[in-house]
Amino acid sequence: MWLWFHKLGSPPHVYRIAGKITPWFGWIGGILIAAGVFGGLVLAPADYQQGEGFRILYVHAPSAWMSLFTYVVMAVAATIGLIWRMKVAYSVAASCAPIGAAFTAVALVTGSLWGKKMWGTWWEWDARLTSELILLFLYFGYMALRAAYDDQQRADRASAVLAMVGVVNIPIIHYSVVWWNTLHQPASVTKMAAPSIAPAMLVPLILMFFGFNIVFGALLFTRVRGEVLLRERGADWIRELLGKS
Amino acid sequence: MSARTGILRAMLLLAERDLRLAFRRPSQLCNPLVFFLVVTTLFPLSLSPQPSQLRDIAPGVLWVAALLSSLLALEALLKSDAEDGTLEQMLLSGQPLVVLVAAKTLAHWFVGGLPLVVISPLAAFALNVPGDAILVTAEGLLMGTLTLSFIGSVGAALTVGVRRSSVLLSLLVLPLAMPLLIFGARATDLAISGEVASGPLYLLGALLAFTATLAPFASAAAVRIGLE
Amino acid sequence: MNVRDFLAMGGYAAYVWPSYAFTALVFTWMVLSARKAHRDALAAARKRFARARSGS
Repeated sequence: MWLWFHKLGSPPHVYRIAGKITPWFGWIGGILIAAGVFGGLVLAPADYQQGEGFRILYVHAPSAWMSLFTYVVMAVAATIGLIWRMKVAYSVAASCAPIGAAFTAVALVTGSLWGKKMWGTWWEWDARLTSELILLFLYFGYMALRAAYDDQQRADRASAVLAMVGVVNIPIIHYSVVWWNTLHQPASVTKMAAPSIAPAMLVPLILMFFGFNIVFGALLFTRVRGEVLLRERGADWIRELLGKS
Repeated sequence: MSARTGILRAMLLLAERDLRLAFRRPSQLCNPLVFFLVVTTLFPLSLSPQPSQLRDIAPGVLWVAALLSSLLALEALLKSDAEDGTLEQMLLSGQPLVVLVAAKTLAHWFVGGLPLVVISPLAAFALNVPGDAILVTAEGLLMGTLTLSFIGSVGAALTVGVRRSSVLLSLLVLPLAMPLLIFGARATDLAISGEVASGPLYLLGALLAFTATLAPFASAAAVRIGLE
Repeated sequence: MNVRDFLAMGGYAAYVWPSYAFTALVFTWMVLSARKAHRDALAAARKRFARARSGS
């Protein structure tokens, strides 16, 4: 089992494995998303209060979840890189940032569109929306800090510290609807008791969650392969790889 | 200061040195303060100076002005020491870098943030803020500017190896400072409407406690990375 | 339910369709930019080896 963990630190191994499983993750995730979209737009019944407008949920909720999840992955990878000095971990952290920023943007935009209809306003400075916006700026700050350093190692390590500092925001975002009176709806799916949402509406949502997560994996592995190449300069395994292609 | 100097004494020596250096150039010392006053007076000048309107925007104006003046002063925290090699000496001194960075941050706040707190009643008065709300504002800014200095020290440390880092520094510090801005402005806002502002003030205190204890560790780690 | 009703989304069309469209747009960008990043890294690696081989 330790051998497996040890192999994860080996760039050529990671490059190969990532290359093999990316297509699987991509296609399976894509199919799940397609099924979720179909279920969400066509099969799920209209909401009693919000009518057809609630269907935005099927893109908004998974994106918001992914924006948080991606940051956690980024912070954990950065910490592992900093503590165990694993270049592969830094590659993972670097790959997460643009993906996380994209998911955050989707969460904010779809949320804004939904909020316009639900609350009558495009934006409200309540706890959840504001902290999600902060998350977007954190992603940008992370990428900007990386870009500011020419030396890859220093860029990796400095941005790792930033990622760790910013992780404070994640519980704030998640619990903001619990700690404060916000416009945003409190949790209805992740409550440990039976979720307070009808099954016909729930299934497409679950499909979307899994689909988004799996596609995230495919996107991450694609980027990780590129990042790994950037950090391995003139290694032999790269020469063999290029020689074959 | 050698490895044998006690920690508290080392902190005091370093803080004293920083203060002495800062007071050598009094004009530079005043910059953040003047900036704060200029920004807070810009708003009554540019908007129609009706008392009620000024009172409405006062919380936001005061806190944003404090934030921006802090950002202005922030680069000076570590840059000159990094450039002339003093920062490396601090790393090699045998003293824990965490306490040295904390001492520098406190000295920096004393020179940059504390004057803001002292002058804030004047600025608040100019924005038509009523009496007890002025006190709440000063209390909030006391905790807030201190917190900003610590958050800023993390940003300054992360960018210590970067040339022309002022914009990047702002980009890093502002998201981390947004909760502070929200609670601080809310405290002043509540006090202006005559309500009890203790909730946000306690939250500001909590933010200060959290930041002051943890930020020096992050800053020290970042300084080590930036100097290697 | 006919196609026109479906597209109208009970009057919420102006909010629902742009949401899905934006999401699709961002996903497309994510896929394309990830693949481009990988391709660029490969090209950079090739260039490095070419330079090394030509003895510069």
